[in-house]
Amino acid sequence: MSDYVDELLHKTDAVDPTTGDVSIQNYTINFGPQHPAAHGVLRLVMELDGEIVERVDPHVGLLHRGTEKLIEYKTYSQALPYFDRLDYCSPMCMEHSFVLAVEKLLDLEVPLRAQYLRTFFAELTRISNHMLNIGSHVMDVGAMTPNLWLFEIREDCMNFYERASGARMHANYFRVGGVHQDVPLKLLTDIADWLDTRLPRLFEDAISLVANNRIFKQRNVDIAVVNREDAIKWGFSGPMIRGSGIPWDLRKSQPYDAYDKVDFDVPVGTSGDCYDRFMVRVEEVRQSARIMKQCLAQMPEGPVMATDRKVTPPKRGEMKRSMEALIHHFKLYTEGYHVPAGEVYVATESPKGEFGVYLVSDGSNKPYRCKIRPTAFSHLQAMEFMSKGHMLADTTAILGAMDIVFGECDR
Amino acid sequence: MRAPAPRYAANDGVIDAARAALGPWLLDAREHVGEVALVVDRANLVPAMIALRDTKGLEYQQLMEIAGVDYPERDERFEVVYCLLSLTRNHRLHVHVSTDEDKPVPSVTGLWPVAGWLEREVYDLYGVLFSGNSDLRRILTDYGFRGHPLRKDFPLTGYTELRYSEEEKRVVYEPVKLAQDFRNFDFQSPWEGAEYVLPGDEKGSQPQGKGAQTPASADAVKKADAAPDKTVAANAPETKTTESPKQTGAGEPHPGNKAEGKPQDPDVVPGKGGGQNQ
Repeated sequence: MSDYVDELLHKTDAVDPTTGDVSIQNYTINFGPQHPAAHGVLRLVMELDGEIVERVDPHVGLLHRGTEKLIEYKTYSQALPYFDRLDYCSPMCMEHSFVLAVEKLLDLEVPLRAQYLRTFFAELTRISNHMLNIGSHVMDVGAMTPNLWLFEIREDCMNFYERASGARMHANYFRVGGVHQDVPLKLLTDIADWLDTRLPRLFEDAISLVANNRIFKQRNVDIAVVNREDAIKWGFSGPMIRGSGIPWDLRKSQPYDAYDKVDFDVPVGTSGDCYDRFMVRVEEVRQSARIMKQCLAQMPEGPVMATDRKVTPPKRGEMKRSMEALIHHFKLYTEGYHVPAGEVYVATESPKGEFGVYLVSDGSNKPYRCKIRPTAFSHLQAMEFMSKGHMLADTTAILGAMDIVFGECDR
Repeated sequence: MRAPAPRYAANDGVIDAARAALGPWLLDAREHVGEVALVVDRANLVPAMIALRDTKGLEYQQLMEIAGVDYPERDERFEVVYCLLSLTRNHRLHVHVSTDEDKPVPSVTGLWPVAGWLEREVYDLYGVLFSGNSDLRRILTDYGFRGHPLRKDFPLTGYTELRYSEEEKRVVYEPVKLAQDFRNFDFQSPWEGAEYVLPGDEKGSQPQGKGAQTPASADAVKKADAAPDKTVAANAPETKTTESPKQTGAGEPHPGNKAEGKPQDPDVVPGKGGGQNQ
């Protein structure tokens, strides 16, 4: 009897399958590239043990368009619209890194109003980006309504984009030396009203549905915990590094444009899981609204473009009257401006993290090399260690909390 | 710095600290437009990076980016640039390593696992090899792609194009066929930087003797006219003019666009004078 019990105790199904047990092998599945929860064209080759993820091999590059190569064949002003098309969910933040990099090489002074306008629209972009990400994240884990409400806000942001730049998405609004056009006062007052009434109402309503929701927490809390050491080693940035508890925000630590003149808080996660990353983004939306209000209050009157005619083109009206302006206009739109030789790496805090541009100039009118540092590359690479040991269904939550857009990842 | 670019901690003393920590591994250090660049010996890249990461006073904990740059005129044509960030000191610098097609760069995946994909990307786009990277596959280009597209000698259009073939019911790859030649206009002002000779300016590129020229005798002028100097035309690079349709690279017009190919419009009655405002 006793040796029978002993035998039972030391027997496991794994070592000794008996009749009735089915021994299964790991199998490999493709997640994407046409899966709606893959947020674009991501192909994950996954090895599964039952429903447990054993290995993930992300295949990226399905949206590779050769942006960096194309930019080498364009003048600096022609290269700018390519940046809108990188992360098409936050176009103006993409332009921001590039114009700052070129301005750094040129050592160009930018008028204060333009700096405030860029800060202002970068934060509007952050709200717009987070609406899409928060909405699709909650939809990936099963909630439908918040996404619809948040898209209302995103639609408002796009309308503001259109009124400032003429385009709903690919704005091409930030220019080297400032912004393309000054905004009408009515637009600023409308955005101020929106920040006070419509944004908080819609946003807080939508968040109240998920932030304390039991199902949402079950799907996100303690999923893909990343500790501080890993976050640093894997090159995390933005909400991903803040979610892991490191208070690192480039707007705060390395301020550019008018960020040193506004007051805002940097939200930080405590446990480094998907829920923390989500809540960091939620709080960032509130802080962005705060920054925008301060910009509106502080923004001075004045020019919105540097007056160095060797870099910034004159206005069309001026061009019709002044011969000098006509010549500058012609030269800047054919030859473009020459940027002094040198190499800079300029990174800004895009909504998704550190978006950098490594720009090499050889002194001519075209960039010699323009390396774009996408945020998604380092985050997606960590997919393997973040989802190991989790269930298959958790990968959608992990992906949603990473906030990946393939226009930027694949360039 | 007047530009509103991100402002991080000052560069003071960084180069000295790096020189002390790296010693002979550091080949060159420079500070330009407010950024510190260190040129490091390729063979000692990994110990140099460990020193940059762990030395007190340097503390570059994060590797943010690896960028490849191609300088075809150099002996070792590729430069690999590591952009480092210090979270504690709030400072950035870049580390440059040069290599060519054959000499591998030691991988830094042991220090920063994030380097895995970044090195794969440099390998994919430039063909730089990294020794010690266990997973050096292509990453951005297509499955089965050949060549390294960001090299300066790789054409912008690439070599193959693909389309969905209705007959074969699959995507087929074909050599690139351009309906119009690829034209890359150089709008640079000829007085600053353009590298071709302007039409009519061929003699300007010839070296001139010192002082004023001796006036030629009538005999010499006659001789020169009889046998024009061909060397000037042969040496001058092709001028960029578009005086005939051939030079635009546009090719033959489409059959439908030729004058005789146009269909007769019965509603149009030719006027007497043939002009518009007769």
